[in-house]
Amino acid sequence: MRISSIVIIGATSGIAQGVARLYAERGWKIFLVARNADALQAMASDLKSRGASDVGVLIADLCDTTRHGEIVSTASRFSGNIDVVLIAHGVLKNQQEIDNDPNAMLKVFDVNAVSTISLMQRFASALEPQKSGTVAVISSVAGERGRRTLYTYGATKAAVSHFAAGLRARYLPLGINILNIKPGPVDTPMMAGRTQALIAPVSAVARDIVRAIDSRKGVIYTPWFWRHIMTIIKMIPERIFVKINF
Amino acid sequence: MNQAPTSWGRYPQSHAASIIDAAWTHEIDTNDAASVIAYGLGRSYGDVCLNHDGTVVRMHRCDRILSFDHDTGIVRAEAGLSIADLLRVCVPHGWFIPVTPGTRYVTLGGAVANDIHGKNHHRVGTFGRHVRALTLLRSTGDVLRCAPTENSELFAATIAGMGLTGIVLDVEIALLPIASRRIIQESIKARSLSELVELTDASDAEWDYTVSWIDVMSRGSSLGRGLVLRGRFSEVADATLKAPWKGPLLSIPSEAPGWLLSTPTIKIFNSVWYNKQLARQSRTLIDLEPFFYPLDGIGNWNLLYGRRGMLQYQCVVPNTNGQEVMREILRRMQLGGISSFLAVLKKFGDLPSPGIMSFPRPGLTLTLDIPIGGQRMFDALDDCDRIVHSVGGRVYAAKDARVRGSMFRSMYSDVIDRFRQSLDPAMSSSFWRRIMNDTKETM
Repeated sequence: MRISSIVIIGATSGIAQGVARLYAERGWKIFLVARNADALQAMASDLKSRGASDVGVLIADLCDTTRHGEIVSTASRFSGNIDVVLIAHGVLKNQQEIDNDPNAMLKVFDVNAVSTISLMQRFASALEPQKSGTVAVISSVAGERGRRTLYTYGATKAAVSHFAAGLRARYLPLGINILNIKPGPVDTPMMAGRTQALIAPVSAVARDIVRAIDSRKGVIYTPWFWRHIMTIIKMIPERIFVKINF
Repeated sequence: MNQAPTSWGRYPQSHAASIIDAAWTHEIDTNDAASVIAYGLGRSYGDVCLNHDGTVVRMHRCDRILSFDHDTGIVRAEAGLSIADLLRVCVPHGWFIPVTPGTRYVTLGGAVANDIHGKNHHRVGTFGRHVRALTLLRSTGDVLRCAPTENSELFAATIAGMGLTGIVLDVEIALLPIASRRIIQESIKARSLSELVELTDASDAEWDYTVSWIDVMSRGSSLGRGLVLRGRFSEVADATLKAPWKGPLLSIPSEAPGWLLSTPTIKIFNSVWYNKQLARQSRTLIDLEPFFYPLDGIGNWNLLYGRRGMLQYQCVVPNTNGQEVMREILRRMQLGGISSFLAVLKKFGDLPSPGIMSFPRPGLTLTLDIPIGGQRMFDALDDCDRIVHSVGGRVYAAKDARVRGSMFRSMYSDVIDRFRQSLDPAMSSSFWRRIMNDTKETM
């Protein structure tokens, strides 16, 4: 029997680690891409110990889009047929953290939006010949509406969401699913130091993601209740919304 | 997440000046903080894991398994890995943790720092005996491999070192081979303390795991009556190794009202528990989960003790006159109005731990959960300390939130000076300051 494989971009992020462990328990082949060599090393050992049949790693700065072609080809060589690609890298910045620094603001776009859509497009194209597989990308509930405290981050996630919707319409008929994952706040290192209600454990979010990949969903909210919260938030009329401070 | 770290007894309340959420062991930087303690899952009962107004390094995200040899059962993992997660990985391959406490939600780092023991102490000693090596981060930035033959003094100080020698980054242990998840369990009623200790001696000779539950509310000739539990893994290989874990069946959502676990309700509970087993002896084949971790079936059960929280008292006294001393302790507690359910009695064996500050000594050990009460309760426990100390016994730091510093230092006077040589000057805890800053003589 052929061994299934997953490629994880931004592999050392909290959510990506949770998802990777679930695929390790299934005995999959796993290819990890991230910036930090020590972290990749520790994570690769962990996944092998938990049952992954093979783990490959590639150290890369994802903002360097000129290397994206190499990332895709190295991942393909390691994996053979790629069953799942998970794009999980990103930075979280509140508006006040980047307010006085336009470059920092654009950097959030580079990391969260530009590099992400570049990799989504490249991997979708790479999967085309095999006529199967899933490209899953982590956006956010923050991409649903521009909030005064988080609009740059929200806009990057909105860009990814729109891109994913169009990409899915194009590639689904070719056998390739595009999954847009919209988590609420998750208890990861990215959230460290931020107090937040309704914070979800990584393990629950990871389970939701794997289930959505298995059932070839197009969009998921995780935990599930965010779908309903966002439905209400999107319905708030603009003149009232601008007066809400969040 | 920034929040006030708590210990399992939820007493004392504590506030950390800063919390470092460690994501990777190689990135831990305590920024020259003057007072640091590592924090795992907060399952120690008192204040060894707390650092009031100091820095707390949360380690639970550093939970990677760095190597696991399915043939030899040698596993090396980051210190934040819980026993629960380790078991999920190793049990299907026929390996179990050699020493386990009554909950699997403790980290390996915590298991080292408190040199935990289990129902098989009489056979295999403490957790520290099964640690082959560990990696320690000192506040100087040095990362040291410590083992019985390498940095051996620091190794001995770190086992049972209460986190005060540095931050444990990873731990290598030798696992125990098992053929099945099933445990052959026997439960025998004992009508008095002497009968219970006799049964314990007989059981220890033939069974790997023994522990007794005693009804501390009973008086007179039935003082110390209880149930002796003994068990061993089934040696018949079966498919249960791959069976899934059940996890908590229910979870306590919030603090219970104070009357829930009070003297009258505990009295009723204890009596029902003792009498629910009608036969004098029962034998069953049960899964390891309810055998080792009955309380893990109820998530956050510590909230049942309400806002005031609880204490756990654990002491060990030498075997000589051990029963008489235990009776004296139980009577003193009754006099002080202390009520407890699930008081546990066990006999420690004589296998020494490598840890300098390790708690177990050959003898009888008694453990009780006690709802926090008034001054009368604290006075009674101080008296119990005196009784324990007078016969050369000691109390367990991992459970403690109240022992007087001078008393603790005196109980550990044979080893504490040696231990202090290996302390990391930047590491401290609420417990350690309580112990070392108390200048009063209370003997």
